[in-house]
Amino acid sequence: MKFLRRFFTRLSNLATGRRADQRLQDEIAEHLALQTEENLRTGMPPGEARRQARLKLGAGETIREDHHAEHSIPFIENLLFDLRYAVRMLLRSPGFSFIAIATMALGIGATTAIYSVIDATLLHPLPYRNPAELVRIQDDLPGVGAQGVGISVPEWRDLESSGIFQSASITGTGANVNLTGSAQPLRLSFKQVTPNYFAVLGVDAQLGRTFDPHDATPGYNLEVVISDGLWRREFGADPHILGRALRLDNDVYHVVGVMPRGFRDQGSTSEEQNVELWLGAGFAGVPFPPPLRSSRLRSRVVIARLKHGSSIEAAQGHLDALVESLKKQYPAEYPAQTAWTVRLIPLSETVVGSVRQSLVLLFGAVGLVLLISCVNVANLLLTRASARSREIAVRQALGAQRARLIRQFLVESLLLFLLGGIAGFGILFCAGHLLLRLVPESLPHLNDIGVNWGVMAFALTVSVAAGTIFGLAPAWLMSRADLIGTLRQEGRGASGSRDRSRARQILVISELALSLVLMVAAGLLLRSFWDLFNVQPGFNADRTMAIETWLAGPNDPTKDPYQTATQESVLLREILSRSRALPGVQEAAIGDEASLPLGHSDPGGLPLIREGIETMDNQAPVIDSPIVSPEYFHLLGMPLRSGRLFSDQDLEDTPQVAVINQAAAHTYWPGQYPVGKHVRLHRDTRGLVSSSQPVWTTIIGVIADARTESLADAAIPQIYRSVHQRPAKDLVIFLRGQLDSSTIATQVRQQVQSVDATLPVFHAETLDDVLSTSLSVRRFSMEMVACFAATALLLAGLGIYGTISYVVNEQRREIAIRLALGAQRDTILKMVLRRGLGLAVAGAGLGAAGALVVSHLMAGLLFGVSPTDPPTFAGVTLVLTAVALAASYIPALRAMRLDPITTLHSE
Amino acid sequence: MKEKPDVLQGTLALMVLKTLDVLGPQHGWGIARRIEQISGDLLAVNQGTLYPLLLKLEHEGSIASEWGASENNRRARFYRLTGAGRKQLLSETRDWEQTTAIIARFFNVKAGDLI
Repeated sequence: MKFLRRFFTRLSNLATGRRADQRLQDEIAEHLALQTEENLRTGMPPGEARRQARLKLGAGETIREDHHAEHSIPFIENLLFDLRYAVRMLLRSPGFSFIAIATMALGIGATTAIYSVIDATLLHPLPYRNPAELVRIQDDLPGVGAQGVGISVPEWRDLESSGIFQSASITGTGANVNLTGSAQPLRLSFKQVTPNYFAVLGVDAQLGRTFDPHDATPGYNLEVVISDGLWRREFGADPHILGRALRLDNDVYHVVGVMPRGFRDQGSTSEEQNVELWLGAGFAGVPFPPPLRSSRLRSRVVIARLKHGSSIEAAQGHLDALVESLKKQYPAEYPAQTAWTVRLIPLSETVVGSVRQSLVLLFGAVGLVLLISCVNVANLLLTRASARSREIAVRQALGAQRARLIRQFLVESLLLFLLGGIAGFGILFCAGHLLLRLVPESLPHLNDIGVNWGVMAFALTVSVAAGTIFGLAPAWLMSRADLIGTLRQEGRGASGSRDRSRARQILVISELALSLVLMVAAGLLLRSFWDLFNVQPGFNADRTMAIETWLAGPNDPTKDPYQTATQESVLLREILSRSRALPGVQEAAIGDEASLPLGHSDPGGLPLIREGIETMDNQAPVIDSPIVSPEYFHLLGMPLRSGRLFSDQDLEDTPQVAVINQAAAHTYWPGQYPVGKHVRLHRDTRGLVSSSQPVWTTIIGVIADARTESLADAAIPQIYRSVHQRPAKDLVIFLRGQLDSSTIATQVRQQVQSVDATLPVFHAETLDDVLSTSLSVRRFSMEMVACFAATALLLAGLGIYGTISYVVNEQRREIAIRLALGAQRDTILKMVLRRGLGLAVAGAGLGAAGALVVSHLMAGLLFGVSPTDPPTFAGVTLVLTAVALAASYIPALRAMRLDPITTLHSE
Repeated sequence: MKEKPDVLQGTLALMVLKTLDVLGPQHGWGIARRIEQISGDLLAVNQGTLYPLLLKLEHEGSIASEWGASENNRRARFYRLTGAGRKQLLSETRDWEQTTAIIARFFNVKAGDLI
């Protein structure tokens, strides 16, 4: 208490600059006068009386110092002195200060920018209470190579009652629903969830309630929870929204709650996070299939909250035991060859797992850039130390303590780094929204990326840490100057700087090595990206647009105007013929969302039951199965290899047919002719579940493989069915021709809605855009790393230039003597260049070793290029050496052109 | 010649407080002389060391100071005890008496008393 009071009084004295010196002087004068009088009274002569009074008082200077130290806080005061001195030094050499601050601004700004992305994604993937407890439960059938096959309702009930979880919830993966009744039919993202969904996430409604977790309605409970955004946008934040009826896909639901502002659904894409409607469903009654153990709910996700304090490993152990006992209990449902397993995955992993590697790579790359910036500035500081060695020596000779000198230099470098950090952060803060445009839209939590306090704290921490680490070494070396030698040599400081020049060489070599690592990484990514970009996709994306629409799927199938393929065919043929009549359109086709090349989310796949091989769904391998109209293959230029394609005569009442790709033929009928084989695909969960009699589908043709799933995958098995035999709700209209992309979407909407006014039309984009979007994360990381590598190269070039210049400057006397003794000028040139080359070779050697390690770590991000790709390594080394030589060439020329007479005279 | 014992900082502070308590407001020289008189020249106090200490006590709030006129009508800084200083003096006096009592008891113990 007393101590604090004293501290604050002193602090305020310090801050206000109040001085106590005059007061002390006055007091002492009075003191001496009184003591002198006293002495005079004892009979001393006046002179002696004054002298004795002074002696009794003690050393005036010490008292003044002690008094001053008590008055204020010497540590902070010294720091302020150092700071003032540092500012003066910075201002005195503005060029040096500018370069150092700009370098650090670059390093820290770039690092902070990437950190802000990581902060929003990897560090805060789930905006819920105790996110570590949330897991995703995934069912796999590794025996038939199927992943994420979905859960059945009885299995979910087993999980709920197992005691492993607080609660487990089945959710849809996010889909669309048509909200009709407003001016324009809206297509909204919705999710069906079991009523305990919000309890699992641990979020409550801001208005009304969420679903009752114990609600046991088998089908839809006809309650809907809406998002804050939808509530404000469509309903004007109506406080009486509760109980309002919404017509969704022609069914009437009642609003029971509004989620709080800022609540976002979980998921890895912004589409999944932008869910605006949640429908409660039991997944066990109409329109869902009956809750049999064998009917897995495909494209459904199970998420659960673990019991408090339970680890994922422990829970996985309990779960494995449960799975084993279920397998024993129901051997018919879980055939041994499928090897059914249930995996727990941290929910955060499923949200950001796909981009983790790219982001970590970026952070590593930017960390290297930061390191190189720091090394560069440390190098600059060392160079300047040589220029100041005389000043330092004089100060030491005058009695400056070494610790005090180090502290002062440290303050100087800290100031530089901090100013750099603040400048970098400032630029980021101002240009943040511009930089955000570079970030691909497919990045999870894109909207949460921002420059906030945490990011600022990060920038400052990094600045201070870097300033301390990279300022300490130069400060230490600076203060170690050989006093006598330096002073005797009139400040040229050749002998005292051996440590320093070695330190500088080490710094330059490490700079070169680090930039080589970055350049190799960038080179490999560039080659991967180039290969991917130029890969033959196997389909023709030129002049093609895709426009989406969505047919309502009411819960009561009999209310669906497009219940059967025949009913839907009428609509589709009408849409197609009207589309063909639009200006510029040459071809038109229709498919479901899975048929949109590279543009669809993971469809989940259906089990493929081959006649005579499998008998049950849960034994079968899983295959992607797009639904397309007959014109699709021609429009996308996918050539037929054998058999025939769909024709207009393949209708609902004619035999079911399918077309497969070559990958499917090789995978499922190796060495056989697949045309004419019979298969059966598990029916979709929506729609009628009636056929007790299995209906076989005949394979009629094989088309060439195309990279429709991912440009990086040459061949993924596909089985296509005709939309005229299998109705689909999620439709994509494909158009090819001389299209005006600005008007075509409106024209198509008019045409579609003139057929059926309730259909929403949205999301028009060219296939080229879809293709390039599918590469966006790769492009982003490639561009970023390339940009960082270029920066690193520039910095390394500057570093080697500075070092060689310094060496030349230091040796100019020696060079002049050589020249005077008759040395050839090009010998001098070679001598200097050899220095540069030596540094470059050492740096390149170290860097290549480092790059080998790094390139193997990033092998997962490469495509079509080996991590040890010799041309990349050779090219990068060549570039680095060339830059190093070019950077040494300028000082080498300067050395060559030295005039021996002037130089020797001036020394 | 035997060195005069150094005065510990804390003890000096206590002496200053007690002096101000007994004499009322005093200037620096008055305090210094009083301490000298009472200690009977046994303590070596460079009178100057008093001033940083006075400032410290003032910062801690135990004493306060203001300008006034000295005996010979010159400007001098007068120090006086504050309420907090009085409390501090009381508690420190008690502590000090306790300590000396314990030390005294130790010195008074003879070998025979321990059995």
